[in-house]
Amino acid sequence: MQQEVYSICFMCSIRCPIRCIVENDDVKWIEGNPHVPGIEGSLCPRGSAGIALLKDHERVQSPMIRTGPRGSGKWKKATWDEALDYVADKLKEIIKKHGGPSVVLGERTQISTHVSKTFLRAIGSPNHFTHDAICKGSVNTACRSLFGYTDAQMSTDLGNARHIVMYGHNLLESIEVKPVNNMMSALEKGAKLTYIDPRVTVTATKAHRYWMIRPNTDLALNYALMHVIIKERLYDKPYVDRWIVGFQELRSFVQPYTPEWAEEETGIPAEEIVAFAREVSKDKPRVIFHFGYRGSNQVEEVYVRRSIMILNSLMGSVEAKGGFFFKKGPGEVGGKAARKLTEQEFPKIDVPRFDKVGTPDFPLPDPNHGVGQMLPMAILNEDPYPLKALIAYRFEPLMSIPDTTQTRKALDKLDLIVSIEINYSDIAWYSDVILPESIYLERTDCPRQVNGLKPQIFLRKQAVTPRYDTRPGPIILKQIGERIGIGQYFPYNTVEDLVRWQLEGTGFYLEDFEKKGFVAYTNKQIFWDRNDGIKFKTPSGKIEFVSSLLENAGFESFPPYEHIQSPPEDQFRLVVGRCALHTHISTQNNPYLNELMPENRLWINARRAAALGIPDGSLVEIASKQGSGTIKAFVTDLIHPEAVFMLHGFGHQAEMATRSFNRGVSDALLQENVTDMVGGSPAFHHTFVTVKPV
Amino acid sequence: MSKYYLFQDAKNCIGCHSCEVVCKSNKDLPLGPRICQILTIGPRIVDNVPKAAYVFMPCFHCEDPWCVAACPTGAMQKRAKDGIVFVDHDLCVGCKTCMSACPWGAPQWNPEIGKVVKCDYCKDRIDEGLKPACVTICTTHCLHFGTTDEIPPLRRERYAKAMASLE
Repeated sequence: MQQEVYSICFMCSIRCPIRCIVENDDVKWIEGNPHVPGIEGSLCPRGSAGIALLKDHERVQSPMIRTGPRGSGKWKKATWDEALDYVADKLKEIIKKHGGPSVVLGERTQISTHVSKTFLRAIGSPNHFTHDAICKGSVNTACRSLFGYTDAQMSTDLGNARHIVMYGHNLLESIEVKPVNNMMSALEKGAKLTYIDPRVTVTATKAHRYWMIRPNTDLALNYALMHVIIKERLYDKPYVDRWIVGFQELRSFVQPYTPEWAEEETGIPAEEIVAFAREVSKDKPRVIFHFGYRGSNQVEEVYVRRSIMILNSLMGSVEAKGGFFFKKGPGEVGGKAARKLTEQEFPKIDVPRFDKVGTPDFPLPDPNHGVGQMLPMAILNEDPYPLKALIAYRFEPLMSIPDTTQTRKALDKLDLIVSIEINYSDIAWYSDVILPESIYLERTDCPRQVNGLKPQIFLRKQAVTPRYDTRPGPIILKQIGERIGIGQYFPYNTVEDLVRWQLEGTGFYLEDFEKKGFVAYTNKQIFWDRNDGIKFKTPSGKIEFVSSLLENAGFESFPPYEHIQSPPEDQFRLVVGRCALHTHISTQNNPYLNELMPENRLWINARRAAALGIPDGSLVEIASKQGSGTIKAFVTDLIHPEAVFMLHGFGHQAEMATRSFNRGVSDALLQENVTDMVGGSPAFHHTFVTVKPV
Repeated sequence: MSKYYLFQDAKNCIGCHSCEVVCKSNKDLPLGPRICQILTIGPRIVDNVPKAAYVFMPCFHCEDPWCVAACPTGAMQKRAKDGIVFVDHDLCVGCKTCMSACPWGAPQWNPEIGKVVKCDYCKDRIDEGLKPACVTICTTHCLHFGTTDEIPPLRRERYAKAMASLE
């Protein structure tokens, strides 16, 4: 007997809505939710590999307790009681001796993040952090500095855009299904795509204009664009007059940054910069200079992202059809959002966070996410205080935080490492205990509040019983909590109970999700009135080119541009990115995805490769001050001579994940752990490397 | 020729391989066979912009299929009611003659069962009134499936729009 189950994918962090066909407790078919516009059945390749994940016998099949040294691969299969008792006993001891703040929990932001935040607050630790800052901390800060909202509170109306500009935002390979389809439909309707990247990507192959920019010089390009747009009065004057604070300051600031100056810095011809500024502004406000998804390339990152959003502001495209919009919550139509466990009363915490976010040392990153790449330094230097335990909840410090050698050294100082994981990731492999989580097809999850032009709630609903001895994350945390005396903060026995508790007061019920997988608060798109109704959350209520957030923290709104040094003659700048077939570090061992893309290769410019004696497909050694590895070269004209490129997420070291073990090289092994201390992102494109034939 | 037409609107294809992955998943195939495949040609710089072609290669379900003619056991067949070319695993002996015969390499080897597998337009799905797996989940909906008269004249429309001047 076949049954349809509406749910939410979790092969990547986008969480597209899906429809599953289930028969005899087995998932027979997964497709994108046909009721959701822009999805209509579509599923990306990672999503299509969901059943392969469900069946994969190389997942973590039961709780595991380490019996040999960390990373040795010596494990004892444990019952849940054994594993949970082990973790709870250790945690109690650590908390008693060193206090709650000595416990850190890192995770990739997910639907149940409020549960892990609750866990940490209940034990009196401020040290919950998400992966977010590592991906886009500076994008978040840049958006708050201009609009008072985070990047996550904004989105793009790609489908109605007339000109889309992307700075290395490789949408067609990172693939968010809905935005991809919206962009493809805009292109079909005649929209233009300008793509700027030191490397040719799939997205570049659909562009009308492609600039192979010198790596890390996007800011110079943008200052020159502003120069032209202001000088030639190409901006949206009524919008600028109404909504912008600091336009005159910007005008004088960009005065010296001419297109000719930018040509020197970026390699993009001055006349092309001028022509582009004129062309793009004809389509204002239906213009999107996309601020990207990941924004973590360089130490000036927050200013790069600000410059992108300043261009949008000059086009009047912030809160515009075919531009950016602010996501509307249920409050806009008198509705109520699902409540969260974090709304409970907790003991007061009066120590700073491990990453010092919110202190004068690191004032601006978003404390809701923290800054994860600070973890190794905080542990090693015991600054601001000693950390003793790490719970890694679908978070991978060894492959996501730059400088794996340093990170491993830091982990070695900890008394306890626990992973809540589905796969033998490198951190699971290096943990003391692995608590295996049921995958998305095997568990119900908390309600997913989706704000946007139409606020909605989606639900991940269990499709089949777990294949192995695994549990949902909110249950695992509750069961540890009960053992360490904080059980009262988890008022549920099943995730379904928790969903019901969260939905109380919204007017929606668990059963409402059965028909289509989601509920909507309204049928109409909500745009604010562009003349009077845009609710910027800055102190001025306007877009702050001169930013009170930055200036009050002692940072300049417009620091002078600093020349980006080229790498020394024998070196390259390492740049990294994504492909359609893999999600970050998490899918390389999936049988089907691994078959199509088993390892990464090093893109190297043909001229430079010839000079170094590197033929296409040959093995090369890539090395930085942090580490080195051996990888196959992909020799091509399609990358800037100053850069080499590799996909993120390969070079796994967990032997139990046999398909991905030791395939390719991990970028984190090579990267220096350097941070934009204003915005909070790491600078993944900061590191210089040497490449030589093996 | 089968009465169906599977049309790839190449302009909207992003070469993501989701069609390949879902095809394998739907047919529960082991590593090795690729019943459909996206082949990337390029990118190459043409008039200052990079261009690439992402070419979708399933089985063409020929009118007079080389594979059916070559098959010595009658395993490779053309379905009478709609012309879908498929292989009956009860009759396939794994001789691979069809693989040699097909000019486009459509029949694939399944090492797990020692027999040939090939695209059958997901005839079980079609019989239920559904579309083939690849078409259903295609990320950008660039794959279209139907009888020949059902396929939208996308390329003509696009060309007409590009040519038309309403001024």
